[in-house]
Amino acid sequence: MAQNGPVGPSEDGGPQEPAARRRISSSEGPTASTGAPRERLNSVPRARPRLDSLRRNRPPFPWFGLDIGGTLVKLVYFEPRDITAEEEQEEVESLKNIRKYLTSNVAYGQTGIRDVHLELKDLTMCGRKGSLHFIRFPTQDMSVFLQMARDKQFSSLHTFLCATGGGAYKFEEDFLNVGGLELWKLDELDCLIKGVLFIDSVGFNGQSQCFSLETPKDPEKCQKIPYNLENPYPLLLVNIGSGVSILAVYSKDDYKRVTGTSLGGGTFFGLCCLLTGCSTFEEALEMASLGDSTKVDKLVRDIYGGDYDRFGLPGYAVASSFGNMMSKEKRDAVSKEDLARATLITITNNIGSIARMCAVNENISRVVFVGNFLRVNTVSMKLLAYALEYWSKGQLKAFFLEHEGYFGAVGALLELLTTT
Amino acid sequence: MHSLAVTSGRPQRPTSWFPTREKATRKQDNAIAGEECDCTCRGQRGNTGGSLTKLAYYSTVQHKVAKVKSFDHTGKDADHELLYEISEQEEITARLHFIKFENTYIETCLDFIKDHLVNTETKVIKATGGGAYKFKDLIEKKLGLNVDKEDEITCLIKGCNFVLKNIPHEAFVYVKHGDPEFRFQTTHPNIFPYLLVNIGSGVSVIKVETEDKFERIGGSSIGGGTFWGLGALLTKTKRFDELLQLAARGQHTNVDMLVKDIYGGAYQILGLTGNLIASSFGKSATADKEFSKEDMAKSLLHMISNDIGQLACLYAKQHNLSQVYFGGFFIRGHPVTMHTITYSINFFSKGEVQALFLRHEGYLGAIGAFLKGAEQDNPNLYSWGENYAGSSGLMSTSPDIFPMQRSRSGTFDMLEMDRLERQVVNLPLLYDPSSYIPDSVDLTEDAMAREYWLSCFEEALEGVAKRAVASQPDAKDATDRAQKFQQKYWNKLQTLRHQPFAYGSLTVRSLLDTREHCLNEFNFPDPYSKVKQKENDIALRYYQSVINSLDSLAWEEKQFALVKGLLAGNVFDWGAKAVSEVLESDQEFGFEAAKQKLQARPWLVDSYSKWIERLKGPPHKCALIFVDNSGIDIILGIFPFVRELLSRGTEVILACNSGPALNDVTFNESLIVIERIAAMDSIIQSALQDDRLTLVQTGTSSPCLDLSRLDKGLAMLVKERNTDLVIIEGMGRAIHTNYYATFQCESLKLAVIKNSWLAERLGGKLFSVVFKYETPPL
Repeated sequence: MAQNGPVGPSEDGGPQEPAARRRISSSEGPTASTGAPRERLNSVPRARPRLDSLRRNRPPFPWFGLDIGGTLVKLVYFEPRDITAEEEQEEVESLKNIRKYLTSNVAYGQTGIRDVHLELKDLTMCGRKGSLHFIRFPTQDMSVFLQMARDKQFSSLHTFLCATGGGAYKFEEDFLNVGGLELWKLDELDCLIKGVLFIDSVGFNGQSQCFSLETPKDPEKCQKIPYNLENPYPLLLVNIGSGVSILAVYSKDDYKRVTGTSLGGGTFFGLCCLLTGCSTFEEALEMASLGDSTKVDKLVRDIYGGDYDRFGLPGYAVASSFGNMMSKEKRDAVSKEDLARATLITITNNIGSIARMCAVNENISRVVFVGNFLRVNTVSMKLLAYALEYWSKGQLKAFFLEHEGYFGAVGALLELLTTT
Repeated sequence: MHSLAVTSGRPQRPTSWFPTREKATRKQDNAIAGEECDCTCRGQRGNTGGSLTKLAYYSTVQHKVAKVKSFDHTGKDADHELLYEISEQEEITARLHFIKFENTYIETCLDFIKDHLVNTETKVIKATGGGAYKFKDLIEKKLGLNVDKEDEITCLIKGCNFVLKNIPHEAFVYVKHGDPEFRFQTTHPNIFPYLLVNIGSGVSVIKVETEDKFERIGGSSIGGGTFWGLGALLTKTKRFDELLQLAARGQHTNVDMLVKDIYGGAYQILGLTGNLIASSFGKSATADKEFSKEDMAKSLLHMISNDIGQLACLYAKQHNLSQVYFGGFFIRGHPVTMHTITYSINFFSKGEVQALFLRHEGYLGAIGAFLKGAEQDNPNLYSWGENYAGSSGLMSTSPDIFPMQRSRSGTFDMLEMDRLERQVVNLPLLYDPSSYIPDSVDLTEDAMAREYWLSCFEEALEGVAKRAVASQPDAKDATDRAQKFQQKYWNKLQTLRHQPFAYGSLTVRSLLDTREHCLNEFNFPDPYSKVKQKENDIALRYYQSVINSLDSLAWEEKQFALVKGLLAGNVFDWGAKAVSEVLESDQEFGFEAAKQKLQARPWLVDSYSKWIERLKGPPHKCALIFVDNSGIDIILGIFPFVRELLSRGTEVILACNSGPALNDVTFNESLIVIERIAAMDSIIQSALQDDRLTLVQTGTSSPCLDLSRLDKGLAMLVKERNTDLVIIEGMGRAIHTNYYATFQCESLKLAVIKNSWLAERLGGKLFSVVFKYETPPL
């Protein structure tokens, strides 16, 4: 989850966006190129003694990374597949239960889902071989999750969780009080970048993690082209969660947050709920894939009869998002699908436009889009790929990653594994 | 958003005053410029129409002007008891009218134009925007003119350049909780480059580099149409202004996901406070609950304003610009959107970019279309000034308090610009033209001073009206017109009480100028003509004796007597209430009596010693003197002083008003006066002959002085002569304006404070003296 539009003007004094470059802290603590002491230093968990005594080389199981966003909670779980018989015998019951529960199900409760297709197999982490599982559930069901953690006696493991995202702060007390769990709070942008770089480096079960889209305008010919992110710097990282954060990354531990916008995935889904009465993101996307946004939007050609040559605007470009909805007759003539489509196009184009301006201002030509807004959202990916290239006259290129919204959680897991 | 354009004119008469006029009017008469936009007007209840048409037309206005003519003193007229002859003549001046009205009235409006349209050769109307399509047939049928469509953005930019250049307080910063909420910017001579963000249905970002060079550098589809369209879908509210009203009452935090909703508080590492919007409409995705129309409208308004603000900042940064003007129907005087846009700009630019709005933003397209029609004219031949009498002001931001004014402005709003047949420029001697602000006190900011001056002008109004009637003893309708004048100016004063920002920054100067404009409007071109005539005549009789008495003094005594004479002369000011009362009651009040009234040294502001020391040094190369009143002031105060300067070897430029204002001496009057003085005084005569003494006109008709809008001829002469001393005389020019002005050369500001309130405010008493001699800042 990432965010930030300005505060509503009714509030006093908007904060200033820090543009200073940040250096990702090593696991030893902050290296603060910006000098500010890091929050996480102050939150060293009280479970330290157990940790220190047990982890000669690695932390004790279970290995989790948690990213609690505004809309979704992302959980990554490393399942060791190289457990020795001796280990198995020593393994406490609750740990075994958790492992079995997570790996034998693909759905948890009403809303928890394991993205089986994203599972990374035969992965070696911290000297252990296993699978990395990717699980998500809505943030509003956090209480259910905590109840489950309590039921499964998670706290008996005397462990703590590495967590990032705003929810790590918001739910810290609930974790402790309900689940008996201590959170190790980690900065979401640090985790995001670490996660992206790690996941890209391990690939996707033999395939490439990163890809671009060629001929995105043509549904027949459009295809994924693998891209190697090995030496990607500088790159613009656009994380589209409920809101959007845009980061300029100069090296693996040097980045700055350029800006953000509050018009993100949450806006698309929220507006769709209000406009169409849909109740899930998938439903909203499904409707969007069937609709026609040109009935809703006012195009350049609707105003000028064709291209607006004087300023190089093609007739099919959107002049005013939802502009046709100023007229009652046209409001009466659109379908829910059209509205969903227009909402998706509006939000996507806007993100593309801001990302493009940032890339130009920062002098960066590679733009990587991540975040759960892009999950099963080929419409937006194609549009971003096309718009970025078209409006920059080929100077900019859009890239995407297979694991879309899980990088923060992966980053949190990595923190757990690298912490002494 | 669309626009359309129309121009008309009244029948012309050939005249010799404006050599370029005939050519200009022929073209302009055929340009009809107007603009139609999708914007519903505000404050209209039960009216479903609502789209506005903007119309620009050109007219020539027939005015009476005061003329003075010297009698032939060589012949039998020589013993005529009066100094010169005064007559009122008809003069034709050019005026641009911009009217805004609801589309419902377009037929009525076109009928009006048709009635006033001149028979001309070309039959073309310039039109721009959607209305150009919409009303094409109607216009062509009604007026028998061809509609010629002009590019919308080109017109917009032309209009923007025009208002920025010609209306000093055109642009303002909006501060919602400020007092005043409008902070007007002094337009600097160089307006380029700037960024114009036009928020119509969509958003266009235009970079303007010169008069003709501009580029659409970007834009966005999320604009006013998105607010309106999406807002209509979400709230079932059809009208734009109703949506804005909903938004003004809503709470966006019920719909938006804030940082604190995600973090539980602030995101401290990034320094993002908890109240930041993390995801617009983010809460509407997670709950099955109902949301109020108000809350959704507010959330939508924030979403769109923030997005546009962010975009504008990104473009401003990319092009290294810090001034961004906002326009389009989304903005158009709506306090709600001006506030959210300003907020967003401040947030995203960290205060580095300034969001600016325009008083006449709604007219830009129409003005531009009109100017396109007059394109062949040479704009360098003249300049334009806002006519306060004929223009309605910026509307109030408190619809609940002034519903009447609001609805009137929304329905029928107008702007009039008078053409001045001269080019106006900065005084080249200003120390820093870009920071020069003519007015000493901004009455929009100073509530106490505003209260005083408004009352002061109200109290003086009846006297001014009487004076106006008296100036035209032969005109039967004078009383009637004076009453109308009185009513009009009274209404203006009441408007200004409630909306001090209606015409830009409110100043004593703007109050005085508005009064002059209103007087002119009712054909009282020069109420003080007879007073001035008499005063000049009397003063001339004393000239020789004053000179004789000065010449009998020793050098140092003489210098002091000269300065005292200048100050005493300045007491004779009909613009000052305290003095006009004395002058009305005491016919014998004269030069000596005035000297008695003066404060004794040390004066309120007293740098006389520094001045006298300076006079002991080398003479100045050339002195520029801005004169004030007729009669004793110019004749017995200024001329002896000028004479002394000339004797020292200093050249003198005397600058007088081009047109009448109170009892200030006009350029034409000064020509007659100087002729008579020259006949008595050989020093003056030879200086005139050798061009060491030159009379010029300032280009204005105001009792005050704006040194950034002076006649170009004056500016050139000042440069040519290497002027090294500027003298400004009188309350209007040296106190109300220019008191804080700094120059590249030495300057002398002198005035007698003839207003007890002002004197008190400055720490003195009635008839306190300001004698401010300054050398340029180091």
